[in-house]
Amino acid sequence: GGGLTPQATPVLLGRPGHPEQAGGHPHRQQQFSSLEDKPQFPGASAEFVDKLEFIQPNVISGIPIYRVMDRQGQIINPSEDPHLPQEKVLKFYKSMTLLNTMDRILYESQRQGRISFYMTNYGEEGTHVGSAAALDTTDLVFGQYREAGVLMYRDYPLELFMAQCYSNVSDLGKGRQMPVHYGCKERHFVTISSPLATQIPQAVGAAYAAKRANANKVVICYFGEGAASEGDAHAGFNFAATLECPIIFFCRNNGYAISTPTSEQYRGDGIAARGPGYGLISIRVDGNDVFAVYNATKEARRRAVAENQPFLIEAMTYRIGHHSTSDDSSAYRSVDEVNYWDKQDHPISRLRHYLLGRGWWDDEQEKAWRKQSRKRVMEAFEQAERKLKPNPNLLFSDVYQEMPAQLRKQQESLARHLQTYGEHYPLDHFEK
Amino acid sequence: MAAVSGLVRRPLRQVTVRDAINQGMDEELERDEKVFLLGEEVAQYDGAYKVSRGLWKKYGDKRIIDTPISEMGFAGIAVGAAMAGLRPICEFMTFNFSMQAIDQVINSAAKTYYMSGGLQPVPIVFRGPNGASAGVAAQHSQCFAAWYGHCPGLKVVSPWSSEDAKGLIKSAIRDNNPVVVLENELMYGVPFEFPAEAQSKDFLIPIGKAKIERQGTHITVVSHSRPVGHCIEAATVLSKEGIECEVINMRTIRPMDIETIEASVMKTNHLITVEGGWPQFGVGAEICARIMEGISEKLVLEYSQAVINIVYLNTYWIRRLKARGGQMTTFNLSCIQFPGCSRCSCHWC
Repeated sequence: GGGLTPQATPVLLGRPGHPEQAGGHPHRQQQFSSLEDKPQFPGASAEFVDKLEFIQPNVISGIPIYRVMDRQGQIINPSEDPHLPQEKVLKFYKSMTLLNTMDRILYESQRQGRISFYMTNYGEEGTHVGSAAALDTTDLVFGQYREAGVLMYRDYPLELFMAQCYSNVSDLGKGRQMPVHYGCKERHFVTISSPLATQIPQAVGAAYAAKRANANKVVICYFGEGAASEGDAHAGFNFAATLECPIIFFCRNNGYAISTPTSEQYRGDGIAARGPGYGLISIRVDGNDVFAVYNATKEARRRAVAENQPFLIEAMTYRIGHHSTSDDSSAYRSVDEVNYWDKQDHPISRLRHYLLGRGWWDDEQEKAWRKQSRKRVMEAFEQAERKLKPNPNLLFSDVYQEMPAQLRKQQESLARHLQTYGEHYPLDHFEK
Repeated sequence: MAAVSGLVRRPLRQVTVRDAINQGMDEELERDEKVFLLGEEVAQYDGAYKVSRGLWKKYGDKRIIDTPISEMGFAGIAVGAAMAGLRPICEFMTFNFSMQAIDQVINSAAKTYYMSGGLQPVPIVFRGPNGASAGVAAQHSQCFAAWYGHCPGLKVVSPWSSEDAKGLIKSAIRDNNPVVVLENELMYGVPFEFPAEAQSKDFLIPIGKAKIERQGTHITVVSHSRPVGHCIEAATVLSKEGIECEVINMRTIRPMDIETIEASVMKTNHLITVEGGWPQFGVGAEICARIMEGISEKLVLEYSQAVINIVYLNTYWIRRLKARGGQMTTFNLSCIQFPGCSRCSCHWC
């Protein structure tokens, strides 16, 4: 026996004046009773066990992958069919295909030296559109760099995609970023930042702000499985849970981080398995199934806002294209592997099969749409090429909210310099 | 790629900066099995900028290691390996991303030998491209020479030519102190003539010694990394107008070879610093401060200075100074005029 007599009264260790909230989270401190032989540790709520047994990370049969459609676009379980109206599903299809067309043309334009850099979204269009469609249009989006379909779904015009890639006078970012670093305040899409995973804790902060403002909004934060290795991801997940933020972490697990395959990126069961470790409600979905992505995001959104709680969605997919125009992925993966995903399991073809099956689409419309979407992209492209670059004065603005005297002097000095030596600069290409 | 030792004086050959760094690392990996390279994409991919081309094929997984994406993570791992007796080369895809790891570089790598009372050396090399590239925007373009150059415990080098690159990376790897090697992406593909001695496996360039790339008598021009090339181009143009620039390639940021710069300024009485970093608290600012403090015993200085921070040193600025009778511009050109100056033939003042 222990040293306590049966008459000793239990000592309460809950915080005085802070009673347990109804429907609260399990980690609030339990009532402390020194009589019971139960664990009393503040750090974990668990039972004792007297057999030495290690927990094996389960990577052979990991967290299952939720899907609604099979690879031929057939609904597997009718009760999971979101029953979206034709117009909406057509919008999914057109957003994904328009993005695909734009990607082809802009990738090519980099090869021809017309733009400096580009990143395609091939194979991941479903992750963008399915999730974007499940959000409110005013929900804040923090992306990594491969989520252009979210903007496409939010009707960001081709003209502005191109303007950013060309750094021309119409670019909302005033030509200051590398291509594909889009940003749009009007569409609640935070400007893309180059360093990886920095958006994760930032998104959490924004979600916390939304909670404090009772905004009934969710923040969605996209990142790849490679970026999830960064320390910022760890901090972001942990803070989202401890601060109880209405955020959806959306991981695009596309198999590669430049050339680094997932087998070298991590040894656990992907990103979804990390969620419970942080106290995040988590799910793994088939990212190439736009309805699965839609359903998961929709439900996550509903609960994140209602319960002020973070969610983690890991969308399994495949990066069909190269990492960027600076990469040639044939150096590290086989053409057969890429072809499999392109031909056998592509979000666009799966949705097309669904549409054809429903009688909402046919070959005629497909042909017409291909022609029309290509024409639209080419027109925007030609326009973007012809436009001027932003005014050189814009070199100096927006460093601070107010331009400091020193920068104003430099701006004036440049103006004088150009007056005298302007002929040596390509000023005709720039707005006056 | 292989350097061949021999008795016969070999002719000069063209080697790119990339290949020079590759050679330097290859030779050091071969020489000492404790040396290894880690970073993102360094192994089978041959490096994001192909600087480690062929090394994984030659040395395998144990010596050339691909890491998951976490600069803080792999820098910390590298520091730990160095503390345990290995000699890691830790590659940052660019030094812009080293900011995610900077605590490991400074608080751990730089300060540990001192703080452990000399018990715990950290023989590590951090390397990667630094400064501006072509149109890669603000987050890929910062120069970190001033940031790392500020910290005791670190050595910081900034090669310009292929010879610099090979000699300095080899010295860095052999140095028992933590060394930051600031390369430049735009220089990787540039070929230079590789003198015979540079082809030796024991070719080292001492850390802490600048090189006078071009002798001159009228003005001292000090620079590091890619801008050194621009200074030499500008010097060539000015030479036709009778202005002879002495171009100094710093090679090392810390410990700075101020003696070479001082000796040159004593001769020319004029100084311009040229760098890719921002002016405030920069490398040029430090040079000017030291010149002020040092030479002020020998000469009384009239002005203070600003520094040039345009990547392309162009001769317009120098002509402009001349045209304005040597007055300081409010833009960013520096010229220190010493009252003891004997009004050299460049007619600057």
